[in-house]
Amino acid sequence: MNVLVEVKGLTKAFNGFKLAVDDISFEMYEGEILGLIGPNGAGKTTTLQMLLGLTTPTAGEIRIFGLDIGSAREEILRQVNFSSSYISLPFSLTVEENLTVFSRLYNVKEHKKRIRELLSIFEIIDIKDTPTRRLSSGQITRVCLCKALLNNPRILFLDEPTASLDPDIADKTRTLLRAIKKERGLSILYTSHNMKEMEEMCDRLIFMDKGRIIAAGDPESIMKKFGGRSLEEVFIKIARPGQ
Amino acid sequence: MSARSQRILAYTIRHLYLYKRSLPRLMEVFYWPVLDLLVWGFVTVYLSRQGGDLPQFVTFFIGALILWDMLFRSQQGISVSFLEDVWSRNLLNIFVSPLSATEYIFSLLLLSIIKLILTSTVMITLAWFLYQFNIFVMGFSLIPLVANLIVMGWAVGIVTTALILRFGQEAEVLAWGVALLFQPVSAVFYPVAVLPWFLRVIANYIPAAHVFEGMRVVFTTGAFPTKEIVWAAGLNVVYIALSVLFFYWNFKVVKEKGLLAKVGE
Repeated sequence: MNVLVEVKGLTKAFNGFKLAVDDISFEMYEGEILGLIGPNGAGKTTTLQMLLGLTTPTAGEIRIFGLDIGSAREEILRQVNFSSSYISLPFSLTVEENLTVFSRLYNVKEHKKRIRELLSIFEIIDIKDTPTRRLSSGQITRVCLCKALLNNPRILFLDEPTASLDPDIADKTRTLLRAIKKERGLSILYTSHNMKEMEEMCDRLIFMDKGRIIAAGDPESIMKKFGGRSLEEVFIKIARPGQ
Repeated sequence: MSARSQRILAYTIRHLYLYKRSLPRLMEVFYWPVLDLLVWGFVTVYLSRQGGDLPQFVTFFIGALILWDMLFRSQQGISVSFLEDVWSRNLLNIFVSPLSATEYIFSLLLLSIIKLILTSTVMITLAWFLYQFNIFVMGFSLIPLVANLIVMGWAVGIVTTALILRFGQEAEVLAWGVALLFQPVSAVFYPVAVLPWFLRVIANYIPAAHVFEGMRVVFTTGAFPTKEIVWAAGLNVVYIALSVLFFYWNFKVVKEKGLLAKVGE
């Protein structure tokens, strides 16, 4: 399989000593959904930020599409996208205006057509003229996902994408993401604290704790390794080592 | 259009969309400058009617008011636009897009020019109607004087933005206060000569002080204030270069400290 992301010896120390990410290495393949899981403070967010070029690593190497994120930032970011339930879009702009701005930032050809296509897929075409401030958090999440798919990315970085969605919309979103992945060979790096979701969505998981990778593989093999019947059980075992 | 120009324009358009339906933002562009002009303009008219030796009292004061507003707006055009993305939790969307830090700065500069044109047009028109003050009597001198004020506003705006990026929302107050810090030593409404000696020394290194001295030269003698413009331009070249370097250095530090994702928290 084609390697899209190659991480070698990635380390991040804050203030010179506090190791948030401690010498991790992994690969991400084309067309897979790779999940990053672990307790709070495990280093998932810092890893994600380094992959997106938002945080500079202390040591190690990140190559995306064979290019170094430090020196080929623009080339890489044109082909990836990001969405998180913790960020939003300008409140005063309508949904369509927001998506128009991002289409131009990503230089999307025939952007009007693309915007309508995505709004239809996420069943929010009826709110295209609504200012973002009037949307529910579930609608904002779906608009952010539309934004994240505007440039037809090769890799999508998703940080807890369904955290603010009701079970129905969360399920629809997961189904849609799987369909897009299957249809276009999209690769997704996924983080979530919803272990059931990770079990359902991810082809492969990287389990992090205290900045290190403690297990990697498909969900079944991880459950087997730690002797849990579900990922949630495994998670609790790792988060409460003394019990 | 190149991809780079397209991105710069996209980010500028993002901010222009705001003004379509946001009354508070329109107020920021029109309300405060117009209010300033009305209050201080009428105070000036009143004082000039009380008599006194100062020639062209209204001209000095209203001219200074309009020019100072240009500096203030060009600074705010940068730092408040940056804050808009902090407030709307949109900063990460911007920094994970292909828009580079340089393109980001260029968009902010473009935006500040657009805001400045809008505000100044309203102020200049109103000053003409209310006080029969025509800023264009300054002739060709107006262009380099205004250009120097804009560049100084940019330098202050870029430094302010870099500080907010580094220290987060705690530093937000700087967006409104920093330019005012320079007002006393910029000798906006009075000549540099009235300042005590130590402030005169500082004023020598403030481009705006040279611009306002230049403005007074034009209004009093009609001559082109070459010396003042050269001084202001020289200082501005140094300050804008330093401000951009300061921004890049801060951006690097912010990325090293992992603070980019935390701006606005």
